[in-house]
Amino acid sequence: MSNSPLNKRSWQDALKQFLFENKVIILFVGLSILCMAIAQTNVSYIASEVFSRFGRNACLVLALIIPCLAGLGMNFGIVVGAIAAQISIFWVVHWGFTGITGFVLCVLMTTPLAILFGWLQGMLFNKTKGSEMITGLVLGFFAAGLYRLFVLYIMGGVIPYDDPNLLDRGFGLRNAFDLTGNLKYALDDISCLTTFTVLSVVMLLSTLVVYFYGKKTGAESKPIAGKLIGWGALLVFSIVARYIPFLNEMLGGTRLLLSDAAVLGGLALILWGAMLLVKNRPGKADPMFAKALKWVILGAVLVISAMIPVVSKVYRAVRLPAMTLAVICLYVLFNSWILNTRLGQNMRTVGQNRSVATSAGINVDKIRIIATCISTVLAAWGQLIFLQNLGTFNTVQQQDNVGLYSVAAILVGGANVQKATNKQAIIGVFLFHTLFVVAPLAATQLVGDSAISEYIRMFFSYGVIAVSLAMHAWKLAGNSKKKA
Amino acid sequence: MNNEYVLKMEDISKEYFGNKVLKGVQLKVRPGEIHALMGENGAGKSTLMNILFGMPVIHNTGGFEGTIEFDGQKVSIDNPHKAMELGIGMVHQEFMLIPGFTVTENIKLGREITTPTVASALLGKSLERLDTAAMAADARKALDTIGLGVEEYAKVAGMPVGYMQFVEIAREIDKTGIKLLIFDEPTAVLTESEADRLLETMRVIASQGIAIVFITHRINEVIAVTDSMTVLRDGTFVERLETKDTTAARIAELMIGRQVEKLVEDVQEDKRSIRDDDLLLTLKDFHVDMPGERVRGVDLNLRRGEILGIGGLAGQGKVGIPNGILGLYPASGEITFDGQNIDPKKLGDALQKGVAFVSEDRRGVGLLLEESIQQNITFTAMQIQGKFLKKIGPVTQYNSRQAYQHTQDMIQALDIRCTGPDQWAGRLSGGNQQKVCLARAITMEPKLLVVSEPTRGIDIGAKKLVLELLAKMNREQGMTIIMVSSELNELRSLCDRIAIVSDGKLTGIFAPDASDAEYGLAMSGVVEGDKNHD
Repeated sequence: MSNSPLNKRSWQDALKQFLFENKVIILFVGLSILCMAIAQTNVSYIASEVFSRFGRNACLVLALIIPCLAGLGMNFGIVVGAIAAQISIFWVVHWGFTGITGFVLCVLMTTPLAILFGWLQGMLFNKTKGSEMITGLVLGFFAAGLYRLFVLYIMGGVIPYDDPNLLDRGFGLRNAFDLTGNLKYALDDISCLTTFTVLSVVMLLSTLVVYFYGKKTGAESKPIAGKLIGWGALLVFSIVARYIPFLNEMLGGTRLLLSDAAVLGGLALILWGAMLLVKNRPGKADPMFAKALKWVILGAVLVISAMIPVVSKVYRAVRLPAMTLAVICLYVLFNSWILNTRLGQNMRTVGQNRSVATSAGINVDKIRIIATCISTVLAAWGQLIFLQNLGTFNTVQQQDNVGLYSVAAILVGGANVQKATNKQAIIGVFLFHTLFVVAPLAATQLVGDSAISEYIRMFFSYGVIAVSLAMHAWKLAGNSKKKA
Repeated sequence: MNNEYVLKMEDISKEYFGNKVLKGVQLKVRPGEIHALMGENGAGKSTLMNILFGMPVIHNTGGFEGTIEFDGQKVSIDNPHKAMELGIGMVHQEFMLIPGFTVTENIKLGREITTPTVASALLGKSLERLDTAAMAADARKALDTIGLGVEEYAKVAGMPVGYMQFVEIAREIDKTGIKLLIFDEPTAVLTESEADRLLETMRVIASQGIAIVFITHRINEVIAVTDSMTVLRDGTFVERLETKDTTAARIAELMIGRQVEKLVEDVQEDKRSIRDDDLLLTLKDFHVDMPGERVRGVDLNLRRGEILGIGGLAGQGKVGIPNGILGLYPASGEITFDGQNIDPKKLGDALQKGVAFVSEDRRGVGLLLEESIQQNITFTAMQIQGKFLKKIGPVTQYNSRQAYQHTQDMIQALDIRCTGPDQWAGRLSGGNQQKVCLARAITMEPKLLVVSEPTRGIDIGAKKLVLELLAKMNREQGMTIIMVSSELNELRSLCDRIAIVSDGKLTGIFAPDASDAEYGLAMSGVVEGDKNHD
């Protein structure tokens, strides 16, 4: 085999490699388009469905990235996190808290529970190194069984729980748990302006904390004036905009129109890209330059797309929950931030090679437990976001498919059991749920029976996992052949 | 050069479960000196280095005797971390690198440079952010020191093996206060030009006052680069030499030098007629891609009726040859066997055409441990040749009576100590397991028997029995045998000719009574031996 440098490939080879590396995504994009063509449905309807499902599911899927990079594979065990979230909801609703207060209380209650569950799960994973995925899967079933016992007997049977949701026989919860009027849309209904205010205050405070902590420990501190001005400006804007009717109408409501979001987001991207461009002057062989250019172009495409009438019609049909989107962004930022810390680096080392990690003085077992805990906590919060959007949930079996659907989604995005990125998670959620929406429609169109949709979804999720695992194996086989 | 030693290991002895592997060995290295540690496989080099590095394997098996002085101080090194703190670094033979990481990340593994963040202020140091710029700068400096032009943000995956070796070295250099660097057979995996660069780099490092212990088999490299050397043989200290006062032949002799003891009595008189033009097997430009035992182009002729030995040091490719012929690892080249071609890509082709193989990996490849002796002996012949089968109408059935009878015969003929044909193969002793393997091979009635490391891990008495059995099969049944072994002594007592493999190539074919120096040099890959030696 030749050792020719990579940059001297012909464009055919480059294209071939691109197609091969993205074959999973390409397959599912093709499937989506096919289904859409068969279903013949209104694009606006599909878009609004997909975006609402995106807001619901993205956080759960993003919770899978950390354990994957720490070498634990796809964490089917996030079911345990979902259970923690549901348990906390029972109590918060019972105590009568509503809206964002109730939601925050849920978060506070869920977190220690999820950490406990994650810790136990991590210890189990350490005992079953190499087969974490099947362990996680079975653990999910096991936990769901215990949870059923808890919901159907212990609630009211052992722990006193005097609530209208209790069955008349005196123990066990009703099958459907209604969140209307208490937690439904608790997060989704927060307006864009409030989101900005909260975000800028948090960022201002944390910037100051880093600065003074850095000073105290004697480390050289970077200038923070730019950051302070930027976040301060956002804070001022979010307050002033409330008094400007045009802006208040656009950003002050419970939902944000996708058309507005596209323009605003596009502008923000252009601004961000331009800033990077100024910082990293062109001409240098700097990968940052290409990146910045990519941001600018992406932003421009977004803005322009909003001006095309056909697209804009679709955009106008989609109404986005601002705060939920902000939380998804925070999940993304958290994932990339933690990977840039010493802890994150240790996680990646453990994920790549446990024995090398040990010889570099890393406590492998501890790192794996931390990664599992983080995943469980993120998944628990993700389930809270999911449920507040759904508004009502199946008390007994709501958590059952959380692991399955999330794993399927991230795999559709091109992730595999060894490597997953934020981008793959985001793309995966969009693609998977597009198919999730259109496949049953197409099936109905073809067979003429709407009951078939549930079977299609089930078959489809397992099929996705099987196909992407097979494709990953294919890729591995290809690699080892290349080496020989 | 300062005459005081940076490292002084004296009177080092070590026992593994009653088996003395080191007997009063000493090793002295001066600062800034390149010192070779030489010896055959099993001479005790790695045990000595494990002691110096404080590896758990030493301390879990009862520690060692003797003293270590480092930098003029008497030290006790009981874990690898302590060794690192003292300033002892090791460049491993198997790379401790992570392919998915960049060069910088690998060099700084476990020693990352970080800056505080809001989370680290609240939750502890492990949440500090990586300072990638500072890390890259450090990595660059280390890379420049050893003159490696690779970009510090390139991924290690896909790099040539030689580069990985240099990255590994850069990591050791980057550690502060390094005083002694151990290179464990660093050139084994390198190409010739890469090896030259490595030697050059070693000189650069040594010129900065860092002492180097260089473990290798290659005598020419030792002559080229080292200042002095210590030779070990069978766990004993042979001599400490200044390189300028010695020659390659002398070193080879010191490494091998031992009496040839007769392991095999002459079972009977030799009535064989071996003709140079009656070839049973020829290999042409034979390559095998067996990890750790690569074969890089071997031409070999095997005459009908002879016992050919293949010797050489571990990892040089001798084990790759039989595994390649049998198709167990990807192989290429031309194999002619008794007038027909064997396709090495087709698993089982060699078996079908009459080559039987006794693997060096007895418990892994050679035996079905949880099956009966009978199953083990008859299995291959049944699969490949359809023996021990009877036809009942359209279906074939295992003829257990015939198999039982055959197994009984074999147990008697080879004197396999067992409770009967039904005993599990895994329950037998090593020597008896080896006999079962041989019995299976004989059951195939092969034209050629290939045995790989037939005496590995079995005691001396059983060893003798196995070797005598091979000799008997050769003399009585005229079976042609290829025997691969790390024990030169064993080969010399049994074989008609001995081929020595070094670095995946044939370096010579010798008569069993050729001199130690000749063997030693061929094993170190120094000279091209006389291929037509008879």
